[in-house]
Amino acid sequence: METIVKKRIKQVIKGDQDAYAEVVEMYKDKVFHVCFRMLGNRHEAEDIAQEAFLRAYVNITSFNIELKFSTWLYRIATNLCIDRIRKKKPDYYLDAEVAGTDGLNMYSQIASDSRLPEEEVQSLELQETIQREISKLPEKYRSVIVLKYIEELSLNEISEILNLPLGTVKTRIHRGREALRNQLRYL
Amino acid sequence: MKCQEEIVVYMHEYLDDEISAEQEKELREHLQQCPDCQTHFHELKRTIALVQSSSHIQAPSDFTASVMVRLPKEKKKVGMQRWLRHHPLLTAASLFIVLMTGSLLSSWNDDPHLSVSKQPNLVIENDTVIVPAGEVVKGDVVVKNGNLKIDGQVEGSVTVINGENYQASAGHVTGEIEEVNELFDWMWYHIKNTAEEVMNIFGETETVKTQ
Ligand SMILES: [Zn+2]
Repeated sequence: METIVKKRIKQVIKGDQDAYAEVVEMYKDKVFHVCFRMLGNRHEAEDIAQEAFLRAYVNITSFNIELKFSTWLYRIATNLCIDRIRKKKPDYYLDAEVAGTDGLNMYSQIASDSRLPEEEVQSLELQETIQREISKLPEKYRSVIVLKYIEELSLNEISEILNLPLGTVKTRIHRGREALRNQLRYL
Repeated sequence: MKCQEEIVVYMHEYLDDEISAEQEKELREHLQQCPDCQTHFHELKRTIALVQSSSHIQAPSDFTASVMVRLPKEKKKVGMQRWLRHHPLLTAASLFIVLMTGSLLSSWNDDPHLSVSKQPNLVIENDTVIVPAGEVVKGDVVVKNGNLKIDGQVEGSVTVINGENYQASAGHVTGEIEEVNELFDWMWYHIKNTAEEVMNIFGETETVKTQ
């Protein structure tokens, strides 16, 4: 995939816009997915994902062809998401508290095994709840959690994408995981 | 509980595959005798499972088209390359005609001086040709090796070869505006013009075929 994409990028740099359509096709689902998990709604995710591809196109000459294109693209997309989140500033902390007290009596139902039964995984309602809880995470934890567990990227790659030291990425993942644990434990 | 802090760090290191064998052993031993940490560890693993269970969603079907529409306009050069690819016969014919006339390269190289189409109301200042405000220039304006400044009106097309075109907000051109700045563009300009003539001779067949 990286080889094909680099070939296409060279064509794009020469000015061939059609080659870029192929690049978009290759990465649209991944980028859209990251944006959706970061922002929590389809409409905004589409808007930001499109913007990410647009910026990548405009700045394509500044992309170092020796590096991984997906890393660069994810960096653009996550930065745009983070900007958008900062502009919104929802009162998610209040929400988290309410959700927590609500579920207190469900404590006894926690499965001792962490594997999830099939039907539970597929429930749409559960999916929405999980997404809502991810959206409640502060942006700095949310981005690392999304990149690690939804895009399944390595810690090194995440550190490159977010332009953060590896140690910071690790700390944020630890804290993000703890925050999510608190939010999801009674689910 | 004193056990928590250090053990929780081990849990996270374990989850990131970054724990040493020694610490892993310590973690396992502790979990076996500490129900609180056991619960904590299970909750973490379950949290990950929950987050990972979220299904992959896809971008809307018109996503790529929407992105492509928003891109800035394509550079002329590649539009040309694609055009040449799609019209090989026409290109060969045009190039032949251009070269046969022999005017192309000589007209590019020989004449570094400003030249301009002959309309009486054009004003020339240094290397800039001016369409003065309030004036209406009739017919196509061609400026070579110089700039064109349009303050008035041009009833026709404008071509600036090896120079730049500045248009005031009040300036107006009824036809097309074209800037030709490199030898490559210069050749393209000739080929395209010749091709258009060739196309006029042979009719519309070529354009239909390439669709
Ligand atoms: Zn313990």
